[in-house]
Amino acid sequence: MQVTKHSNGLLSIYFTAGYPTLDSTVTIAKALEEAGADFLEIGFPYSDPVADGPTIQHSSEEALKNGMTLALLFEQLKDLRQHVSIPVYLMGYFNPVLQYGVENFCKSCKEVGVNGSIIPDLPMYEYEELYQSIFEENGISNIFLVTPQTSESRIRKIDDLTTNFIYLLSSNAITGGNLEVKDQAEAYFKRIKDMDLKNPFIIGFGISNKETFGKATKYANGAIVGTAFVKLLAEENYLTKIPDFIKSIKG
Amino acid sequence: MSKYQVDSKGYYGPFGGAYIPEMLYPNVEELQNQYLQIMDDPSFKEEFEQLLKDYVGRPSPLYHAKRLSDKYGAKIFLKREDLNHTGAHKINNTIGQILLAQKLGKKRIIAETGAGQHGVATATVCALKGLECVVYMGAIDIERQAPNVARMKMMGATVVPATSGSQTLKDATNEALRDWINNPVDTHYIIGSVVGPHPYPDMVARFQSIISAETRKQLLEKTGKETPDIVMACVGGGSNAAGMFYNFLDDEEVKIIAVEAAGHGVDSGETAATTALGREGVLHGSRQILMQTEDGQVIEPYSISAGLDYPGIGPQHAWLFKSGRGEYVSATDDEAMQAGLRLTKLEGIIPAIESSHALAHLEKMKFKGDETVVICLSGRGDKDLDNYMKYFNL
Repeated sequence: MQVTKHSNGLLSIYFTAGYPTLDSTVTIAKALEEAGADFLEIGFPYSDPVADGPTIQHSSEEALKNGMTLALLFEQLKDLRQHVSIPVYLMGYFNPVLQYGVENFCKSCKEVGVNGSIIPDLPMYEYEELYQSIFEENGISNIFLVTPQTSESRIRKIDDLTTNFIYLLSSNAITGGNLEVKDQAEAYFKRIKDMDLKNPFIIGFGISNKETFGKATKYANGAIVGTAFVKLLAEENYLTKIPDFIKSIKG
Repeated sequence: MSKYQVDSKGYYGPFGGAYIPEMLYPNVEELQNQYLQIMDDPSFKEEFEQLLKDYVGRPSPLYHAKRLSDKYGAKIFLKREDLNHTGAHKINNTIGQILLAQKLGKKRIIAETGAGQHGVATATVCALKGLECVVYMGAIDIERQAPNVARMKMMGATVVPATSGSQTLKDATNEALRDWINNPVDTHYIIGSVVGPHPYPDMVARFQSIISAETRKQLLEKTGKETPDIVMACVGGGSNAAGMFYNFLDDEEVKIIAVEAAGHGVDSGETAATTALGREGVLHGSRQILMQTEDGQVIEPYSISAGLDYPGIGPQHAWLFKSGRGEYVSATDDEAMQAGLRLTKLEGIIPAIESSHALAHLEKMKFKGDETVVICLSGRGDKDLDNYMKYFNL
């Protein structure tokens, strides 16, 4: 499976590595694939996640308490491709990547079969100046974000730098909000669709159920559910509830 | 162009930049494109200077502390930022930023605060200009600094406790950044220190540079020479130090000393001595020096002084440290408290515990007898009376 311009109605799930337990990462990934998720974002935790709301921040704090680190995550993902075949992206903040070493990070991604990364606080300028060649040499796609405030010229530039898909934020907000598909949001989704970008785009932030998923995928190639799934992971026997969760969104 | 000032891309050597999520990009880009132009505008300058004079009470005195000088055997001057309206240097920056926010057409102001000094300074200028004000403050700091919380509320500000992480300055900053992400159009974020994404470190340093601009003039009057041998200031994020050093950076003969908070000691595990323990990293939008784990998780800082309780250091300071232009040292809680009491007894001035850290370093210095030393007395100690009372059983 690849995320392409012809993809339709893809569902991606975000969850935080090392949450709810240190070794739950691959088990959850496997359960998600079996339940019908189309691709995955695995978050590596950071102590100061400014783009996240309380739910994902809490999962990061718990994961750090459990002992999760980027190095340990790559260790856990060593056998990823024996269990999981759908695309997997790592999502997190830049400082842990910087400390691990950007080149080491890209090499480790490649070794374990991770397709790309989403690092919200790594800006385009720094990416181009310092890191683009390292990502490209290792075949790792860096996914950029677009918000309702992003200018058209900047979106075009992001489209040029993108080697996989563009992550479209449903609104200018932190994670865990609710998508209110007002005329304004619809107009924004339509504006992006009409730009006829080279790359597919996936909508994230505020997608939590069938209704919001449906509205987002009317325009985008897919949508990402994060906070709603991380909430499920706090429940007892969460593994057995994953199939119903996916079904409740995809139908 | 000074090699110690920001370059056109927002960097000081390898430090600085704007490591922000896309959600903050339009806000930050607007500032990047406009701050220099607005600050150069004659009507802006006129109002800024007028308010600093009539409202803040500038120029702040440069006081020759004779008894302190006698004790250490040097000619020691205190730059009296403690005499500013609201009791610290923080107001220089908030006056500048509120005028800038007005020029940008913003209706709502947010800020983070540690000791509460920046929060008070922000609430003050919001009252002055009639703008809505929301201040994020660590829940623990709210307890430690009750009088400042009351001041902010009296001036009409909403004080929101930051309950995540260590519940101090760093977490208040995270909450303020989240607010800004959620309110991208009408809100200006008044960052209180020389931290954050470009252009904040440069913008705040420019607003605070009045400290060293005045000092040069005052020194010339008092000593016949514009430059001292040594300038000293305490550093948390580093705004009073940035202002105190600003106009001396290119005078390489002027020795620059920055004093960080060592808390219970540099190796105690309870410290905010960033340059001693930190490595290059990214926090709150800039590449800087950061106390962090091997995995890149930010280590919770500790200091008795809420204003120095920050795990990083502004990018310009990181560069002054790395390039060797500045000497970065630290003082413990105990050393700072003793220095605060010493100044009180010798000069009748109760300093903020933050400023006491700078004074504490005098104990470790050797003077020949004729050196001119300027220390930035960044704030007054009224807010710290509780701490002084507890510490000295007063």
